[in-house]
Amino acid sequence: MKNRLIVSFPPHLHKDESVSKIMWMVVISLIPTGLAGVLIFGIDALWVIILGVISALLSEGILQLLGKRRVSILDGSAFITGLLLAYNLPPKVPFWLPIVGSFFSIAIGKLIFGGLGQNIFNPALVGRVFLMASWPKYMTTFSPPLSAGAGFIHPFDAVTSATPLAILKEGKSAEYISYLDLFLGKRGGCIGEVCILALLLGAIFLLIKGYISWHIPITFIFTTGVMTYVFGQKGLFSGDWLLHILCGGLILGAFFMATDCVTSPLTGRGQIIFGIGCGLITAVIRLWGGYPEGVSYAILMMNAATPLIDRYTRNRVYGVK
Amino acid sequence: MKKLFNEFLKGIIKENPTFVLVLGLCPTLAVSVSVINGIGMGIAATFVLLGSNIIISMIKNIIPDRIRIPCFIVVIATFVTIVEMTMKAYSPVLNRALGIYVPLIVVNCIVLGRAEAYAQKAPVINALFDGLGMGIGFTLALILISGIREFLGAGKLMGHTLIKGFEPAYVLGMPSGALLVIGLLLGFFNLLKERKQ
Repeated sequence: MKNRLIVSFPPHLHKDESVSKIMWMVVISLIPTGLAGVLIFGIDALWVIILGVISALLSEGILQLLGKRRVSILDGSAFITGLLLAYNLPPKVPFWLPIVGSFFSIAIGKLIFGGLGQNIFNPALVGRVFLMASWPKYMTTFSPPLSAGAGFIHPFDAVTSATPLAILKEGKSAEYISYLDLFLGKRGGCIGEVCILALLLGAIFLLIKGYISWHIPITFIFTTGVMTYVFGQKGLFSGDWLLHILCGGLILGAFFMATDCVTSPLTGRGQIIFGIGCGLITAVIRLWGGYPEGVSYAILMMNAATPLIDRYTRNRVYGVK
Repeated sequence: MKKLFNEFLKGIIKENPTFVLVLGLCPTLAVSVSVINGIGMGIAATFVLLGSNIIISMIKNIIPDRIRIPCFIVVIATFVTIVEMTMKAYSPVLNRALGIYVPLIVVNCIVLGRAEAYAQKAPVINALFDGLGMGIGFTLALILISGIREFLGAGKLMGHTLIKGFEPAYVLGMPSGALLVIGLLLGFFNLLKERKQ
């Protein structure tokens, strides 16, 4: 950071918080999700998470050494990027996929713009979209959750199962999964997106501590729900909105990625616009787009619009018309 | 003689059309999918540059200043037509791969840029070396970009598979990959320039 301007509005109260502390708190809030992912998909998920995190930290350290900048791998931001990227991968990917993705996230998503605080796009999502566009085969091959009792030994090497959203996209109904199973995460999907219960635990922790505000996640989820309800498959006002909310990366994206403080608007009003925009784009991609899931593209598109939103929702300076 | 050689050399490094002047990006983005396409496009553009620079430098005194751009375009279009017909006759495969981008050399900003900025003020022999240097600089840039894109995006080089089991990143074969590669290379060359100073 070249200039140490505080980008906020008065009154400036001092609090015992730092960027680094907030980052590590977000990491803590993501731990239940990781545990749930490993429990649901088995030990493979753990390797993906570890590889993602370690390669993110290493990429950041090495690139900062090469660029002769201050090495800041301990501030937690690279850790979160690697963690979120791994959460956005299917559990059984080749070992190099999280490594390449983490490197791309850190190098292109973050350091090229000048490091933490200067990036336009959420680094983890930049990495995910790069992987999605480069190796779609691996990114869309989901293995089914371990059946109860099978423990950590998977009976088959390669069993694939479609995500509920992909099934929905093909026009079949997804009746065989109950809402409770969706809530607990018994479905195919990415490591960190399946267990809604664990995600909500982390999200509530962050909300109570005040590290994220309700504006983005609530408007994001609400808009997606309304859109998918209104434009249902069997005509207007017949959509299965609960399924759309529980499926895909909506909860993970809304609470942990759209709320990234660097790439989302500053003011509450701006954040509401941001959340509604994310929800609209997600619903449009899910309902009429080519992909079954659109959360990551929606967040990236709204990231691009963030400077504009910030410009038009600037708070009025006290005493000035 | 040394001055002429410098005219030739500046187009390759110091004023490279793609990486320093940042001209002619549309064909660069579009055809740099494979090295063969890059070389074909580079040679075609070099021929047009060479011809148009020489002719424009020759007739610079009889072109009225007000309508110089249309005059340049007519000259350039003549050479582009020659290239296109030759390519259709002798290398239809390449012609199909390059598609609309061969006729579009007419509005390539490198060709028009050199005519406007250089050939209409310089003697014929200087214009010749300038056109040659610029053309070769453009070709080399295309080879570099298309080499990176073909290797990482399709796992091949000149159509041959290099490493077995290498999984190419499709995105680099797509237009977004072209923007990414060109952006990174531009940044890299600017970094080198900054270090040198």
